[in-house]
Amino acid sequence: MIRYRIPFLPLAVAIIALIAAVPILTSNPSLREELFLVFMLVTLASSINIIMGYTGYVSFGHIVFFGLGGYFSFYLMQVQGWHFLAALLVGAVPAALIALLIGMAILRLRGAYFALATVGINEATRVFFNNFEPTGGAVGMFFNFSVYLQYGGAKGAGELAYYVMTVVALATIATSYAIKRSKFGLALMTIREDQDVAMVVGIDPARAKVAAYVISAVFPAMAGATFFFKNGIIEPNVAFELLRSIESLVMVVLGGIGTVAGPIVGAAVYEWLRGFLITNPTLANFQLFLAGLLLLIVVLFITAGLVGYLRNRFPVLRSYIP
Amino acid sequence: MNLEALIPSAIDGLMLGFVYGLAAMGLTLIFGVMRVINLSHGPVIAVGMFVVYTLFTGPLAVNPYIGILAALVFGLVFGVVEYFIAVDRVINEPELTTLLATFSVNLMVVGIATILFTTTPRAVDVSLGSLDAGNVTILGTHVVSVIVAIVVAVALYGFLFRTRLGKSIRAVANNRAAAELMGIDSRRMLALAFGIGTSLAMVSGALLATLFPFNPLSGASYEVKSFVIVVLGGLGNPTGALVGGIVIGLLEGVTTVIIPVSWVPVLEYVIFIGILLLRPQGILGARA
Repeated sequence: MIRYRIPFLPLAVAIIALIAAVPILTSNPSLREELFLVFMLVTLASSINIIMGYTGYVSFGHIVFFGLGGYFSFYLMQVQGWHFLAALLVGAVPAALIALLIGMAILRLRGAYFALATVGINEATRVFFNNFEPTGGAVGMFFNFSVYLQYGGAKGAGELAYYVMTVVALATIATSYAIKRSKFGLALMTIREDQDVAMVVGIDPARAKVAAYVISAVFPAMAGATFFFKNGIIEPNVAFELLRSIESLVMVVLGGIGTVAGPIVGAAVYEWLRGFLITNPTLANFQLFLAGLLLLIVVLFITAGLVGYLRNRFPVLRSYIP
Repeated sequence: MNLEALIPSAIDGLMLGFVYGLAAMGLTLIFGVMRVINLSHGPVIAVGMFVVYTLFTGPLAVNPYIGILAALVFGLVFGVVEYFIAVDRVINEPELTTLLATFSVNLMVVGIATILFTTTPRAVDVSLGSLDAGNVTILGTHVVSVIVAIVVAVALYGFLFRTRLGKSIRAVANNRAAAELMGIDSRRMLALAFGIGTSLAMVSGALLATLFPFNPLSGASYEVKSFVIVVLGGLGNPTGALVGGIVIGLLEGVTTVIIPVSWVPVLEYVIFIGILLLRPQGILGARA
């Protein structure tokens, strides 16, 4: 069939890689900072989409894995003196294990109960780290300046973090695409539509859901590791900020829930809009209000999100934009 | 750990628990009737605080306890309006949609309140003396809060079980289609239930304003506390919410004496997750 010959993934990767190269080629650090944030949000939104969009479980406190990944790798770098890349990869392992345990426990819950449980887990983790002295308690941890020396100072570290975040974002998108196109993805979407039907056709919902949950936890953990490596400081109320979690849900819905392209578009548009509102002198005060108003309009009238709306409006796009 | 401090602290926590319970009743009522987790709950509590504050510091210097009545009425109107603007259209959508719809109201309310009042801490200065008995001192404001909370809770029950309107709300909660077949305008009942839930949250906020300093962001911590209480009492069960509030208040009062204050929330969330996993119907069992 012709429509499967349109290569979404290579195209998307190429476009994103091109965009990512712009601030390097033009040596524009402020654009680089901006894109770093966008790639981080793309990672968060795309991975939350795997458990929420494909599988139908609203993981409200998903930011917990961002914070955990950040804390584990930060600890390895600061206290054990590990290299960033090693800490990033190793730090994601305990985050994934925790996701496995949490997932096995709470994915039995349905609907609102699941959403509330994820909030509870995030808040519990946040207050735990606020009290946990080995990681600095409420003050958190910060790098000695010497940590950055092996990366060529803070500037070199910033560049390295940028490259890594780009790769993590691309890996997330590729995974999201691969899942959507695979039998595993079909299983998840069957669970979303009707768990009992899924069981009848031979899917093991518990296993599939936990697998989806773990996958959707790994990438935020890596994003957290990179973010806090660049930041040089980690504290519980930033690492486990529930608002950031909700923001990534908003991005998914804004872009189009359950689509591969939706979270990417949603994250970019959301961040662009926020930048616009904050820097506009007359609108800056109303930033929060306008964000709420916009969200309400999207939720009430464009339920499918931007990408979903386009796909519904122009069905021919469906074969181009998964 | 000393017993001298334990008893006053426990009494304090117990009394505060009634106020927590009142807010949680609002949250659980809305969930019980329409399966919506109201994420604008926290800001609504904060609005209740500022209703009292604005009337109190205004030209009329309205007594805070009359301000509570104003918060009750304003909450009802606010909730009904919020329902028709943000919830009505998506009431039958999956929970993510209603979560985000109410969250958008959350953002708007916090945004406006922050512009109007900034984030400087405010306080409503009210003193009603105190009762002394040995080393136990009970503040008058706390006693009045408990009384108000009890009166409002009893009134709610009277309304839900004794009046036609209240019975209609319960019918809609039970089975919307059947209620409509009996000639009940379910949309109107849902709006009313949302209004009552919001009103309860505002009254609770109004009471909290007479007890602690606050700012437009203060609602958030009470919102999370309400979640814990609601789950403890069983989602959708108002009696459970009141009992849950008292349990959490008492727990806070007792544990702050035994373990460092900052560890208390850890304990609360562990209980919260534990209840969700082991006994999702809450401590009181089946839904009312």
